Amino acid sequence: MALPVSDIILRAEKITKVYPGTVALDEVDFNIYRGKVNVLVGENGAGKSTLMKILAGVEQATSGKLLLEGREIRPQNPREAEMLGIGIIYQELNLFPNLNVAENIFTAHEQTRGGVVIKHGEQEKRTSELLARLEQPINPKTLVANLRIGHQQIVEIAKVLALDVQILIMDEPTSALSNAEVDILFRVINELKAQGVSIVYISHKLDELLHIGDFITVLRDGNRVAEAPMEKVDLTWIVEHMVGHDTHAVYTPAARDIGKEILRVENLSLQRAGKGRNALLDNVSFSLHGGEILGIYGLMGAGRTELFETLIGLHPQATGNIWLDDISIKGRSISERIQQGVMLIPEDRQREGLVQSLSVSNNMVLASLRNYLSRFRYLSSSKERENVKRLVEELSIKVSNPQNLISSLSGGNQQKVVVGKALLTSPKVLLMDEPTRGIDVGAKEEIFNIMTELAQRGLGVLFVSTELKEVMAMADRILVMARGRITAEYLRAEATQQALVEASAIGHETQPANG
Amino acid sequence: MTSDIAAQRADHKQDGLHQRATLKTLLFQLRAFIVLILLFAFFSVYSDSFLQPGNLIILTKQVAINALLGIGMTFVILAGGIDLSVGSIVGLCGMIAGGLINEGLVLPMFGVVVYFNVWIVMLITLVVGMIIGFANGIIITRFNVAPFIVTLGMLYVARGLALLRNNGATFPNLVGDPALANTGFPTLGTGTFIGLPFSIWIMVAVGLLAVFLTLKTPFGRQVYAIGGNERAALLSGVRVKNVKTITYVISGLCSALVGLIITSQLVSSHPATGTSFELNAIAAVVLGGTSLVGGRGTIGGTIIGAFVIGVLNNGMIIEGVSSFWQTVITGVVIIVAVIIDQIQQKLQERSVS
Repeated sequence: MALPVSDIILRAEKITKVYPGTVALDEVDFNIYRGKVNVLVGENGAGKSTLMKILAGVEQATSGKLLLEGREIRPQNPREAEMLGIGIIYQELNLFPNLNVAENIFTAHEQTRGGVVIKHGEQEKRTSELLARLEQPINPKTLVANLRIGHQQIVEIAKVLALDVQILIMDEPTSALSNAEVDILFRVINELKAQGVSIVYISHKLDELLHIGDFITVLRDGNRVAEAPMEKVDLTWIVEHMVGHDTHAVYTPAARDIGKEILRVENLSLQRAGKGRNALLDNVSFSLHGGEILGIYGLMGAGRTELFETLIGLHPQATGNIWLDDISIKGRSISERIQQGVMLIPEDRQREGLVQSLSVSNNMVLASLRNYLSRFRYLSSSKERENVKRLVEELSIKVSNPQNLISSLSGGNQQKVVVGKALLTSPKVLLMDEPTRGIDVGAKEEIFNIMTELAQRGLGVLFVSTELKEVMAMADRILVMARGRITAEYLRAEATQQALVEASAIGHETQPANG
Repeated sequence: MTSDIAAQRADHKQDGLHQRATLKTLLFQLRAFIVLILLFAFFSVYSDSFLQPGNLIILTKQVAINALLGIGMTFVILAGGIDLSVGSIVGLCGMIAGGLINEGLVLPMFGVVVYFNVWIVMLITLVVGMIIGFANGIIITRFNVAPFIVTLGMLYVARGLALLRNNGATFPNLVGDPALANTGFPTLGTGTFIGLPFSIWIMVAVGLLAVFLTLKTPFGRQVYAIGGNERAALLSGVRVKNVKTITYVISGLCSALVGLIITSQLVSSHPATGTSFELNAIAAVVLGGTSLVGGRGTIGGTIIGAFVIGVLNNGMIIEGVSSFWQTVITGVVIIVAVIIDQIQQKLQERSVS
């Protein structure tokens, strides 16, 4: 730890950031070591993103100093930060789907003749070089909209590489990447390190951090709680510092009785709109019992999300049949299915789960408004309040006043509000699409506890996850999907990582790299 | 232990900041109302005739027209839509009502002409307005056409039909005929209750009803949800298409009501009535703090917005400001209102992120 100061390329000193209502960062020190991978971890709301935004010039600190090579800097906007050699890859993709790869990479840095005419040939050539370095044979003239998410993320990385930065911030760069793509990214990171680029790396995938990181800094509630070289720490150390208490028994769902069948899906098929070769869902059949937690594992694009969307009624053109308690719900609208007892907790909280302009309370009651009508058919605020209060307590949602805007909550608490909304519809079957995506370790544990408790009450829980360990720990039974089909089924006791991964890759071997 | 103290300190810090933030936001949220009071005070001081009861009643009568259209428009905009056809619906509905009173309903296949009681005439007119709104809603939701385009088309269609109804001519002197038992139509425009014209009472009643709808019914809640995030609303079981369609029906109904009021006040219907009223209505909605993207806004805000425009116009007329300048100033006020709205949004975002 006694590294000479000159090895620190950028030092953030006592950075404080105050927003009306919250102190996001409270006198945080952060060191970026030259040519190293500097890992930054913390639960949601710990202040990681805020700190990165300050480094990248998106936000300005309320107080504190940034010292680049010992000189104080104050980037007022991302462009100034770029000129100082600080580049950032955001968690959300920031690409223009209507432009091609090369145009995206050179947006606002266009290679021009006389400052007017874009040299497309030149841009495409340099794009090819960048992509070759990332070992991705993507055509620079492909429209970004036609790339799959993993490739879009690669383009995002290439975009920053094009800037010749000396400090590169990566905010959850692997959340959309397949394992093979993660390996490539890690190779690129090592290559960049060799070239002297300093990297700041944020991720929720802790084993990944142990693998790639050189130094680790842990934030908690806007404070820096620890900094250490990576070789000195292990997973338990990280989790303990992040959560602040020991969390050994993270996932051990309690035993429960599996009841009778409540959901049966028969030969569900969904064709791709337009010209696609393979179906989104191809003769999917399975059943779900009361009290059972059924996990679905599969790679991105395996049809998991489409399966859930079809079950909730978003794709009425799908064929096959769906039985809920032996009543067919095929052909019913979304609202009818919800009344019958199916409810979806969507993958993308922001885009599909919540209405950002509404309060916590109004979000929570949205799917069950008919339950709060008074005798004269208007909404009774007292009934709403009672139910919201009950769920806030039951799910221990941290909110000072349910009338606050939903966006004032942290990611984990927002997810709990989505769960609360679902529970208020009194579902028999709960469809949870990546229920722990983008939330911190502590909140994950709580979501798992909630799932277990719901199953104990006799609900059927169907959940999707891309994290093998999660599926294997939580599910009583696991279905593996690949290319729209169910390729394997295991009981918890039989499942091995090896088997799941192999089943999820069925049909993917012959897929062209650009597919 | 130390972390407990730190947490408490942070809590304390947050409380103070929070209060300051809410006061600031509150002031911003009340800005339309504050502007209204300032305008009112200004004209009261600088003009002798502004505060005369007669003038205030005239002012409010004018405001009622715009406020009623604005209320309907608020539902549409809250759900993320826009309705450009309201002015034309005002004109068409006026012509329908005028025609039914003066010419009756001609049924050539039976060779008879049916004259209706004034109540029935008004009912038919309101239904016509709702049907046009329904058509807007159905085309927008079932054929997936942008609301701007559909209602722009309907603006032309309805105006054209209004002109066709009597070949571009007016229906004058809508007093009805005792022999046909269809007298009494002008009462709507000229009648008063406790000294105030009916149109003002209608605005109050429709306003209260609309506030109730937005705050106290599942429909209102769903309108906000759709405007805020249509997909999340859909996945929560909101019947998005139906709810959106109903907002256009409400807007059509409000337009028909305004058509009746104006026709009755003038005791004649003219096919060009209501031209560009949609823009005034949108202006009132925007001034009232409703976001054009949807999901955020209130009925009360819209009514205040209509009053701001009304007081501004009335005051400037009394002060003898040239009508050309009036137009310029009204435009500036609208733009400034939207700029303030953006600042408020930023403040709010900061306070939560």
